[in-house]
Amino acid sequence: MMLGTHNNRQETHKSDLVNVTRLINETSLKERMITLFTKWEVILGLLLILVFVYFSNLTPYFLNSFNLLNTTFTFTEKAIMALPMIFIIMSGDIDISVASIIALCSFAMGYASSLGADTWTLVAIGVVVGLAAGLFNGFFVTKVGMPAIAVTLATQSIFRGIPQAVLGDKAYTKYPQSFAYFGQGYLGESLIPFSLVFFLVLAAIMGFVLHKTRYGRKVYAIGNAKEAARFCGVQVNQIRFINFALMGLFSGIAAVLLTSRIGSTRPNIALGYDMEVITLVVLGGVSISGGKGNLFGVIMAIFLLGYLKYGMGLINLSAKAMVITTGTLLIVAVLLPGFLDSIKAWRKLRRQQKTSTVAN
Amino acid sequence: MKGIPSFGKIKQRRETSLVFLILLLLLVVTLRSPGFVSIKNLQRIINDTSILVMVSLGQFFVILAGGIDLSVGSIIGFSGMAASMLNEAQPTLPAFVVLLVGVLIGTAFGALNGALVAFGKVPPIITTLGTMSIFRGITFVLSKGQWVTAHEMTEAYMLLPHGNFLGISNLIWWGVLVSTVLYYVSRFTRSGREVFAIGGNKTAAKFVGVSERKITMMIFTISGMVSGLAGVMWTARYAAAVNETATGFELQTVAACVIGGVSIAGGSGAVSGVILGALFMGIINNALPVINLSPFLQLFIQGAIVLFAMLINTLSEVRRGKKLLQERLA
Amino acid sequence: MPTRASGLLLFQGTRPAARRGLRVPIHKEPALSQPLLEVKHLTKYFPGIKALDGVHLTIRSGEVHALIGENGAGKSTLVKILTGVYFPTQGEVLYEGSPLVLRNAIDAQKAGIAAIHQEASMFPELSVTENIYMGHHLTHPKTGRIDWRKMRTETQKLLDELELDIDSNTLVKNLGVAQRHMVEIAKALSLHAKVVIMDEPTSALSLREVEDLYKIVRRLRADGKAIIFISHKFDEIFEICDYYTVLRDGKYIGEGKVSEASIDSIVRMMVGRSLDQMYPKRNINSGRTILSVKGLSQLGYFSNVSFDLHEGEILGFFGLVGAGRSEVMRTIFGIDRKTAGTISLDGKEIQIRCPSDAMAHGMAFVPEDRQEQGVILEMSIAKNITLPQINPISRFGILNRKKEKSITETYGSKMEIRAAGWQVDADTLSGGNQQKVVLAKWLATNPRILILDEPTKGIDVATKAAVHQFISDMASKGLAVILISSELPEVLGMADRIMVMHEGFLQAEFSREEADSDKVIRAATGNASGGGVA
Repeated sequence: MMLGTHNNRQETHKSDLVNVTRLINETSLKERMITLFTKWEVILGLLLILVFVYFSNLTPYFLNSFNLLNTTFTFTEKAIMALPMIFIIMSGDIDISVASIIALCSFAMGYASSLGADTWTLVAIGVVVGLAAGLFNGFFVTKVGMPAIAVTLATQSIFRGIPQAVLGDKAYTKYPQSFAYFGQGYLGESLIPFSLVFFLVLAAIMGFVLHKTRYGRKVYAIGNAKEAARFCGVQVNQIRFINFALMGLFSGIAAVLLTSRIGSTRPNIALGYDMEVITLVVLGGVSISGGKGNLFGVIMAIFLLGYLKYGMGLINLSAKAMVITTGTLLIVAVLLPGFLDSIKAWRKLRRQQKTSTVAN
Repeated sequence: MKGIPSFGKIKQRRETSLVFLILLLLLVVTLRSPGFVSIKNLQRIINDTSILVMVSLGQFFVILAGGIDLSVGSIIGFSGMAASMLNEAQPTLPAFVVLLVGVLIGTAFGALNGALVAFGKVPPIITTLGTMSIFRGITFVLSKGQWVTAHEMTEAYMLLPHGNFLGISNLIWWGVLVSTVLYYVSRFTRSGREVFAIGGNKTAAKFVGVSERKITMMIFTISGMVSGLAGVMWTARYAAAVNETATGFELQTVAACVIGGVSIAGGSGAVSGVILGALFMGIINNALPVINLSPFLQLFIQGAIVLFAMLINTLSEVRRGKKLLQERLA
Repeated sequence: MPTRASGLLLFQGTRPAARRGLRVPIHKEPALSQPLLEVKHLTKYFPGIKALDGVHLTIRSGEVHALIGENGAGKSTLVKILTGVYFPTQGEVLYEGSPLVLRNAIDAQKAGIAAIHQEASMFPELSVTENIYMGHHLTHPKTGRIDWRKMRTETQKLLDELELDIDSNTLVKNLGVAQRHMVEIAKALSLHAKVVIMDEPTSALSLREVEDLYKIVRRLRADGKAIIFISHKFDEIFEICDYYTVLRDGKYIGEGKVSEASIDSIVRMMVGRSLDQMYPKRNINSGRTILSVKGLSQLGYFSNVSFDLHEGEILGFFGLVGAGRSEVMRTIFGIDRKTAGTISLDGKEIQIRCPSDAMAHGMAFVPEDRQEQGVILEMSIAKNITLPQINPISRFGILNRKKEKSITETYGSKMEIRAAGWQVDADTLSGGNQQKVVLAKWLATNPRILILDEPTKGIDVATKAAVHQFISDMASKGLAVILISSELPEVLGMADRIMVMHEGFLQAEFSREEADSDKVIRAATGNASGGGVA
């Protein structure tokens, strides 16, 4: 392909262009296969198939549509939190306070419920408290200018410290009957959980925002080169602030679902969710240094991890084995792309040397 | 001196203000409960804080180089559990051998963190977030969810922290030993100084031949090593090894560093500040029940202190920057 | 693009300078002593880039050797190989005739090669003593314990030797730019290096400090050390250097004795053509004042800067590194906040709080650091070009792909970006093409005022000419252009008026006619003699 106006320089351009493309895109089948199979979404898809094949061979209970749908109850809350976490990590930040935001929201709802609030008031409280917590984080990160890791490490304790201080070793267990629908209900008479549908709707919205709107484009720009984005008129801190607010809002939504599902609030609710949510995003191919990845990969990661755990549960592996798996996947998900990249760079360098020796 | 305060002076100022803050805190608590400031109680507080001091100093090196180690609590949990179980299974084994095993486990885990960061190029936050879960998970696998309790431990094992020498408990001596060694490392060894270089300016460090890989391995290994030691001390001191030992302890170690004036971005800080920061945390933890506040408040207060200390650090950095700019064109 | 520029492309291919009749003594007289350091056929690849291509360099003890070349010619890469930061792909380095393997910085230090780097390579939070001794702290021989007292005494000795009034305990972050540079020199001395590489050592120094530096260089030469001196300033090269080697586009072009060379011959070797061919001529027809800056200040960076900018004018800004030129422009563009002063557009005062305010007023800014601030490497050309206009081309926040495509095609073709397609990532492009992407991006915003900060830094000669032509065309069309450059010939060749800054103040203003390199350099180093002081 030739770009640029046609003038007497075309000759020079063309020959240069051929050299350049030959270095970058080898058109052989082998090269294409390598490119395809080192694509992260493809790797995730293959792994998902592997999980299905492996566990359905191991146990007849795995491939059961009722089970497969019902098991989504266990991961939709985390999946919902993973959506705004994509934006946070994409712009080069991190939020390790999200599980504590859930604890705070759940506590607020439990308290309101003990005073006799109705279902919709509870939902409103959960969402608003989550949003407020997100704004709190966002304020310290963008307005004061402290590192996100440091701020959210502190708020991790602060947000969970409040329910801890008030509840101690007690719990709120009284919630209105109708409140149970969000985390336990099905769509009409079907077998489809409400929370799954709700997640898919949110995912569609967030996917649209990330890939089709200027907001999403700005997030990518910030993650790749914060300074360059700023020089192009992108208000970097404003976007990062909105990211943290969204993170809080979605954690509030997740808190509603989770509290509704388990029907009680203890200070240790959702403990360890931070790590799992970050794992989902990183496993989905979003680069921790920012700017890379897409929503589709994260959706794949959500189902991969969800069904992996479901399968491990079916063959009676303990919850702790799953924690180990999640931790390992988190590290491998960062380790592997880096490894693939360095191999690609090395191949490119080698080919460059080869072509130049031929040329000489 | 050219009118600009030197390194020593600035550091001193941070440390003196911390000393005053600690004295003020003691005074306030004493007003509510007169018995708080007695030699015996202070010794108890220092004893309680020794483990925090050790692990915070390990964390200090990691933060100094611009990283963070979130896995220290899990390393404490595992090495404590492993040492206690070894002690239970082989009561005839000398206690210091058990101690050594605990320390070696911690060292190995720290080295694993270091290798993932240095060679695998996985950022410290992700590495240690992952290994935090992994180490905690294998603690459960190792113990099969069981505890090791006081009557299953040998006397010698429990004496590791509980014995005393010159009227001061062994645990405090351990704290002093670790502090002294790490002070020496940070001040008088090349590698120790190179940690400052990596945290201050990575490119410049490379230019003068500082190996980032070597230093990364070193800091995580040190952090793991002191956490391993702390695990043994923790289980022996409380005469129990539970699976949740030291959960959330990483926050306290970061807090001690931040309060002690260590820059979270790396490159500046001092051992003395971290020790004072840890003592400050220890006094607060001990003072809560004395002034009739629920121990359940501890988590909230820790978080609030960290946020506040960082806020102070950030704002004073901004103010210092402004002042420097004013001097520049004046 | 008019064809005027394309004539320059004849020289695009790099040929041995000798073939064009230049005197290039490759073989030296046998009377000379054995070389201390020899670089032979050195080649270095980075993925996608050939940074060095068979470079030679021969240096003897007791000589100051100028390493000459434009930005991007490969000097920095060569220095980084000699200091062990990079490992060469091919070729060898000989030290006193035997091969030298430099796997890391320690190897280089042991071999006695020390560099004073151009970039800030200091530890601001650490003391002067430690900055000098980092990497080779003095220790007690038996215990390995760092000997602070000895290091402090030695540091004080070095500082005294250099006649520097600095306390060895001072933190480097409290030092000025020139002082920091002197500490770097002290560091090289502390290594007892036999080869000292100075990468643009004078770029941030005042005239007096430059004299001090020359004294030091001469003393080092008298001590039998070999000095590699990298500089863009010809007066320096002729003042202090004995030999020179010229690189261009990563290739060895030639070498020789400075005493037998002329500025013109060296320039021709550097750029492959002579100076006056480089800059397009045009008729200056500057119109009414667009932008008027009065008393603009930013605490700690610059103070009381006032100037007017006219339609169709190219206003050059010259000064040393750290003089505050970029900071002035960043403030006008809303990246940094001003602490005093006013900015008026068409006679009306405007408030600029952020870059989008500046953009709304028709300003465009091509920043200095292309990789960090200009182009977004991992985004496609199309996304790069449309980023400044992301708001106008969206409806209800949703991107309009069609508009995106048409804008990219229009301006991408206009700038003649060479790429395999508009969807390829910017990091696959050459530096010159990346800069074209940045220019296209701003051109697409239809600016009235174009601010260019070092627009030709690190790009190849052909693209450089194209960029100059572009700037000239823009001005002819009535755009007001501000051109910041550290390359004096570029400023002299392009600008209609030249503002010279020194240490945060506007030092002098010259018209095109009255400006010459001597006057401008004097003003930039704080010795204003001519020109109306603003």
